[in-house]
Amino acid sequence: MTDHVHTTPEDEHDNAYAGLLVNDAHWAFGTDFEDPLAGVDTTIPEGVDAPTLAAYALMLGDDALVMSHRVSEWTSNAPDLEDDIALSNIALDLLGQARLLLARAAKADESVVPVLPEGSPAPPEDALAFFREAHDFRNVRLAELVNGDFAEATVRVLLFSVWRLALLEQLRASRDHVLAAVAAKGVKEVAYHRDYSARWFVTLARGTDESRRRLLAALDALWPLWPELFDTHPVEAAAAESGVGVDPAGVRDAAEAVLDQVLAAADVPRPEVARRAGVLGRTGRDGMHGEPLGRMLAEMQSVARAHPRGLW
Amino acid sequence: MTELSAEGGHGAVPLKDVPTGEGVTPPEPEWPLYEVFVRGKRGLNHVHVGSLHAADDRMALLHARDVYTRRNEGVSIWVVRADAVTASSPDEKDPMFAPSGDKVYRHPTFYDIPDNVPHM
Repeated sequence: MTDHVHTTPEDEHDNAYAGLLVNDAHWAFGTDFEDPLAGVDTTIPEGVDAPTLAAYALMLGDDALVMSHRVSEWTSNAPDLEDDIALSNIALDLLGQARLLLARAAKADESVVPVLPEGSPAPPEDALAFFREAHDFRNVRLAELVNGDFAEATVRVLLFSVWRLALLEQLRASRDHVLAAVAAKGVKEVAYHRDYSARWFVTLARGTDESRRRLLAALDALWPLWPELFDTHPVEAAAAESGVGVDPAGVRDAAEAVLDQVLAAADVPRPEVARRAGVLGRTGRDGMHGEPLGRMLAEMQSVARAHPRGLW
Repeated sequence: MTELSAEGGHGAVPLKDVPTGEGVTPPEPEWPLYEVFVRGKRGLNHVHVGSLHAADDRMALLHARDVYTRRNEGVSIWVVRADAVTASSPDEKDPMFAPSGDKVYRHPTFYDIPDNVPHM
């Protein structure tokens, strides 16, 4: 316990929030925006190709960043206050993961970071988030779609978190200390996202005719992008080969088994919809995105790009 | 011939074999209210922190986690449906509480408590 305790012992027992003013160390990043990787061993493990590590961290970071932004668009628009906050929390968890992963990518290979005007105070992770074009993003296409109704948000968060949790569970054993630490933190967060969305999935599927109709429509609409999550990009193959990454193909069985449990509980059959093909075989991991990502980034990046020397 | 009526100013509308939703119970417009109790990291007991709406007990727990513990406050949450709480009424405030007001001898204030006895 630190010595600058603001509460008397009597207060502590009457107030669940008494501990808040005492010690800032328990906040995710402290209350200041310093180097997110401060104190973490960022040496690149022996035998690991730095550009591969950076490209791999960018993929996982972009997944989190783009998904976070789409989920954050629900803020103030969810069906009720409680779910509004729940979705905002999910977006913030993913944003935290994105920040660490983009910072990791920048640290591993500075050449991935866009060059900003002289004097810009933006840290490398911000440069990556706000000063890259859509074709530089490596996120899976599931994350970038334009939002639909609440059933669509439920299904999208479910598919995304079932997949991501399976990945992060394996990634905890990464030879890269940063990725292992991000995964260990992320597993707890994404486990909650999965629980939250799975419960809503079952609730909507077994609710009214209308809620079930909307849920099934959302599932059919998103299902074509589910197989893409388990494609192995050459970068992912190389990262897995060197022990820093996870081959998505290897977590498919685990993810499908979890999803089947949810579908069974909801009494929903697996959709019979074909996967969405890439463009000339290229998908999100290759930088091939739909038009909506460009529009999303235009909004997300507008303030940072208008004020590249801005400090806030 | 279908029976028609122009009553109500909507023009001629059929009166028979038309689905009206009559007799169908609509879903509850509002979720029930829950009271939320959180035990803080350094607290000893669960403390009432507020209330929220949820469709069932489990959802209330998740909502409580999202609404009331997002700044790292809690280690344990209780939720209870507000209609399950029996509360005293403001009308009976005097008979309930006034009689204890002048009985100072019920406080254990005549003892010296050693410094190393916690939580008093």
